[in-house]
Amino acid sequence: MNPPLAIDVEGLEKRFDGRCVVRDFSIQVPKGRIFGFLGPNGSGKTTTIRMLCGLLTPDAGTGRCLGFDIRHQAAAIKRRVGYMTQRFSLYEDLTIAENLDFVAHVYGLDRRRARVDEALEQLGLGQRRRQLAGTLSGGWKQRLALATCVLHQPELLLLDEPTAGVDPKARRDFWDHIHALAQGGMTVLVSTHYMDEAERCHEICYLAYGRLLVRGTVPEVTAGSGLVTWLVSGDGADALARTLHNRPGIAMAVPFGSALHVSGTDAAALEAAIAPWRHAPGLTWSRTEPSLEDVFIHLMDSAEDNFQ
Amino acid sequence: MTGDPARFPLSWTRVVAIMVKEVIQMRRDRLTFAMMIGVPLLQLMLFGYAINSDPKALPTLVNIQDNGPFARALVSALGNSSYFRVEGEVASMAEAEHRLANGDAQFVVTIPAGFEKALVRGERPALLVEADATDPASASNAVAALTVLIRTALDPALTGPLAGLKSGPDPIDLRVHRRYNPEGISQYNIVPGLMGVILTMTMVMMTALAVTRERERGTMESLLAMPVRPSEVMVGKILPYIVMGYVQVVVILAAARWLFGVPGVGSLSLLTITLLLFIAANLAVGFTFSTVAKNQLQALQMSFFFFLPSILLSGFMFPFRGMPGWAQWVGEIFPLTHFLRVVRGILLKGNGLAEIWPELWPIAAFLAACALVALRRYRMTLD
Repeated sequence: MNPPLAIDVEGLEKRFDGRCVVRDFSIQVPKGRIFGFLGPNGSGKTTTIRMLCGLLTPDAGTGRCLGFDIRHQAAAIKRRVGYMTQRFSLYEDLTIAENLDFVAHVYGLDRRRARVDEALEQLGLGQRRRQLAGTLSGGWKQRLALATCVLHQPELLLLDEPTAGVDPKARRDFWDHIHALAQGGMTVLVSTHYMDEAERCHEICYLAYGRLLVRGTVPEVTAGSGLVTWLVSGDGADALARTLHNRPGIAMAVPFGSALHVSGTDAAALEAAIAPWRHAPGLTWSRTEPSLEDVFIHLMDSAEDNFQ
Repeated sequence: MTGDPARFPLSWTRVVAIMVKEVIQMRRDRLTFAMMIGVPLLQLMLFGYAINSDPKALPTLVNIQDNGPFARALVSALGNSSYFRVEGEVASMAEAEHRLANGDAQFVVTIPAGFEKALVRGERPALLVEADATDPASASNAVAALTVLIRTALDPALTGPLAGLKSGPDPIDLRVHRRYNPEGISQYNIVPGLMGVILTMTMVMMTALAVTRERERGTMESLLAMPVRPSEVMVGKILPYIVMGYVQVVVILAAARWLFGVPGVGSLSLLTITLLLFIAANLAVGFTFSTVAKNQLQALQMSFFFFLPSILLSGFMFPFRGMPGWAQWVGEIFPLTHFLRVVRGILLKGNGLAEIWPELWPIAAFLAACALVALRRYRMTLD
């Protein structure tokens, strides 16, 4: 038996001024999962998220979000979805408590004062409730934004690059919070550019040029890429990147500090290409798993070849 | 040109670099660019062609109770003068009263029964001129011209035995009643009008900014992701400003009463209801601007572009009847034009609903048109 789906959309398409931003986008997300949305800037992540919560009407395609039609039941979806925008979009000239209270009021929640107090307590902002939201630091703003999004206990949480520009500690706390929410049954769809965050998702998908390229768990995506990767370490390994770049059989050569990742899709062709340097003095070669970043950059390069 | 920066602190290369960037930005912001060209043009047109502080051809009604040759000479002299335009006759004082109150006529000239006979006998009969003096400036030149006008009208007829009347005091006792504002106090006209001007300025600007701010700061997206309808946002945003508008009205009315001694003879409750319509019309303008403007600066510029012709063409600063036909036609569009007539009518003339009704529906029509545009545009901004 299949688990119930939080998101089930088919063939979504959105155009702006004739330019196709999202095309033929289909996805099913089971309830209670953390689903990562990855892709380069301008790949249509934000537009897709906006279509899912009824902010934008798709030009083609159908679908259901939490069992409601995304075209005709936007109001019902909005009541059950929490959407955290890319840019901090709370009222900077309202205090922390006033922002929470406003959102609780708009959703028509009961016990407003108690809920706001609880949220403040959880945030650890009880002492600073009268501080203006605009004066908070980046990490705190993002925590406050998340708190306002989950105030009405949504079934689905849509997070659009929630951790951009936030320090690692705050990011880790944020993700711990997300996992706790998912364990409570909330479905979370989160877009991100951070690979470590992608690895914290139950499942990820990758978009480029408005199309869904792959989806699956992180190991599935890595294995499915067909990428073979060698790790080169030793003095001057990173300098080799320029030399190897664009040689036949080599898809990419990316320096990581003083080490180098050399990847290709054809194991034999790759070995042939690197052969002249295999026994260079001071360099150690070893086979390794491609990193998620290798996979995505490779996906993006090949997508460029296919669509541009 | 460049040289050592220590010796030439002002580097032309850098100044030019910034200048080029500034010009590019100026050209890119089309609205600002259009305003910089449009505002001087608008001002040239309005001040150059539309505005005239010495209004001519003022609508005049005559009440003729003695139809002798002298009376007819007087009426035709009125018609020939550039200040008066005789638009017809009234049969009774009651009708004259009504036509003055609703603003149909600026003057009513009454030639009493027995005028001719009394004139011939040298009894100096009264000639009654009732002037709508709510705006004292617009009537004063015409009144001043009256004495000369009567002399030139009657002198050719004063021949033979009547020639003696020419040399004495005026053969006619000219009685001018400056109605509604007998002392010709210009504050009586300006202070109530100011209510309309202040409301126009603040209401349009505040709403235009309130919604644009939401978009400029990015809070609109969150707001739209919440379960609120566009109409709920619109009403919720507008209501506090309506209250603000009434606070302004109370302040102005209090000042009018106790600082400037403006009479305030009409019904305050009627004024309150009319105000609601007028405030709503201005808020709708502001809301429409906010759906068009991309940022707060543009919203401000649009408000100014609306405010300028409103104040110049409405009859607030310059007499409405002094303007040429096309300017009056444009002026009739603005809610301020009609509101000025309403508020002056109620406060100074004691007008009731019947007199102000012709001014109410144009405001209502304007409101409906604006609200329609605003709601349509506001829905579209979701996508």
